[in-house]
Amino acid sequence: MAQVKLNAVRKTYPNGFEAVKPASFDITDGEFVVLVGPSGCGKSTMLRMIAGLEDISEGELYIGETVVNNVDPADRDIAMVFQNYALYPHMTVRKNIGYGLKNRKIPSTEIDAKVAEAANMLNLNDYLDRKPSQLSGGQRQRVAMGRAIVRDPALFLFDEPLSNLDAKLRNQMRIEIKALQRRLGVTAVYVTHDQVEAMTMADRIIVMNGGVIEQIGTPSEVYHSPASTFVASFMGAPPMNLFDGHANGTEVHVGETPLHRHTHQGKVTVGIRPEDIVPDVTGPLAINVNIIEELGAHRLLHGHTADQAVTIHVAKDFPAVTGPMTASLKPDAVSLFDSETGHRL
Amino acid sequence: MKRAGFSDRWLPVLFLLPQLTIIFIFFYWPAAHALRSSFFLQDPFGFGETFVGMKNYTMLLDSASYMRAAWFTVIFTSLVTFLSLSIALLLAVKADKVIRGAKTYRTLLMWVYAVAPPVAGVIGLVLFDQSWGPLRDFVALFGWDFRLGVNYFDTAFTLVVMSVWKQLPVNFIFFLSGLQSIPRSVREAALIDNRSAAGRFWDVTFPLLAPTGFFLLIINITYSLFDTFGIFDTQFKGEPGNNPMTLVYKVYLDGFRGNDLGGSSAQSVILMVLVLALTIFQFRMVERRIHYT
Ligand SMILES: Nc1ncnc2c1ncn2[C@@H]1O[C@H](COP(=O)(O)OP(=O)(O)OP(=O)(O)O)[C@@H](O)[C@H]1O
Ligand SMILES: [Mg+2]
Repeated sequence: MAQVKLNAVRKTYPNGFEAVKPASFDITDGEFVVLVGPSGCGKSTMLRMIAGLEDISEGELYIGETVVNNVDPADRDIAMVFQNYALYPHMTVRKNIGYGLKNRKIPSTEIDAKVAEAANMLNLNDYLDRKPSQLSGGQRQRVAMGRAIVRDPALFLFDEPLSNLDAKLRNQMRIEIKALQRRLGVTAVYVTHDQVEAMTMADRIIVMNGGVIEQIGTPSEVYHSPASTFVASFMGAPPMNLFDGHANGTEVHVGETPLHRHTHQGKVTVGIRPEDIVPDVTGPLAINVNIIEELGAHRLLHGHTADQAVTIHVAKDFPAVTGPMTASLKPDAVSLFDSETGHRL
Repeated sequence: MKRAGFSDRWLPVLFLLPQLTIIFIFFYWPAAHALRSSFFLQDPFGFGETFVGMKNYTMLLDSASYMRAAWFTVIFTSLVTFLSLSIALLLAVKADKVIRGAKTYRTLLMWVYAVAPPVAGVIGLVLFDQSWGPLRDFVALFGWDFRLGVNYFDTAFTLVVMSVWKQLPVNFIFFLSGLQSIPRSVREAALIDNRSAAGRFWDVTFPLLAPTGFFLLIINITYSLFDTFGIFDTQFKGEPGNNPMTLVYKVYLDGFRGNDLGGSSAQSVILMVLVLALTIFQFRMVERRIHYT
């Protein structure tokens, strides 16, 4: 078990590309941190620097109390689960799981016991003598998990471990991984580009974009108080509605409608979550609905207000029709962003 | 998988015909001829032949020079195969570390493969030449009085060196592409699982190279046995004297220089059986294991 600390860690690849701009954050002992962001934003690079698979160009990385910048991956007391599982194709499941232990000069009876325990935990008992090529994707995923847990590491690293599984299995494994991490109490860093995974699994989320950390916070902080328009539109499906608004020093208007009290003056971006807009016959917000999306448990209404696109989330029993309607906002629904920089005001 | 079929039975046969003709004319027919000749004693001037049964074969087994060549062939083949595989593997592993340069290296090293065996032989002659060979002068510094073509061991040494040198590039290319086709994440997983580089090589890299290695083993054995002919021929120009030679070279020598067509044919038949055994072994192994998906 260990805490992890990054101090202005930066990565420049040999071709001069700066994949991670100086980043600093702490991960406390036993915490489950999810790194999320769009493709190419530097999540894997960050994780691989923590693993020791990629050199750190600048800054210090601490695992526990020590700087590990120049420590070999095998000596960092970590375990990593790769996107394509990275199992050894020529070894049986048993050997795959036990290989790391064997190299630590652990007696073979103890290895057998640990492998058996992990296999039990992951329902792999029937497959211990198979080669990876004889397993399904989900089973391979479990073997990769088994290989990580038998090592009893101080830190788990996951690089999109579920993205090769089908949706149903993904949901199931998501819960299993989270439960396993809870049970073992091991600090974990989990990379994904799926914001649902991030929201459901994380104790804290780190949102990255273009090599920069946009926000660090609990799922609820990131969802309800996004630090930037990028985070607002990346987290949540459907994303937060973003309107061009105008502030006059006391109130913020979208079109002609005053929505929020704020002392800012000038142009602003107004962010409102779709579920924070509620149909209300006496509400101030005039909306013209074009499309109704039926999702079973609820409905999404897509339309326009003051010539700007808007999405509303309504309950399944709301009698939705296309055409004009009015709505009001829940209290504290509005997030304001600088219209130039996109930062939260 | 979908199977495309021919509606006409004779069309596929027609397509196969050129290949079959070539195989028949250049392989089965001479092979059959050799098999037949190996049971006859041929008149050196082409005036008839006498059936002698297995005598050509029994004579070979009794012949000291044949057994000497056979032993030399075994040692030569093992040495050339072992050295060219292990040196190439070592080079490939080193080159693989410098992935960026790998492409240029690859082309540069591949050039050697384009050198024809007789040319390789000539280069060997030049390098180890008695009066002005730079390598001869070099080993002389260590007190080795190198006598190419005179001393049995020195000649064998040159032949092995030249044969290995000639075969390295092919092995290197195959090993390098074999190494590069090992998924990066598998190596990285090993990096986390095992701190010893040698341990990672023997536990992960080497077994994953086994399919390539096995294929190359067969290729190299065949090469050492047959394709080194040119290197020997430039060395001896048909007159090896007491120098070492392989069975293949002896077939040529006894048949075309010694005009003993029957004995030479018997030797060819023995070599054919050897190749057949090697092929069967190869297919057995390929079927049995050596491939992972
Ligand atoms: N070896 C490299 N040399 C140069 N640039 C690289 C290298 N590896 C990655 N990059 C670049 O660094 C950036 C970040 O890559 P990274 O793999 O960390 O992205 P990611 O966030 O994990 O994306 P994904 O979700 O697609 O896996 C990308 O723009 C990528 O092109
Ligand atoms: Mg990635």
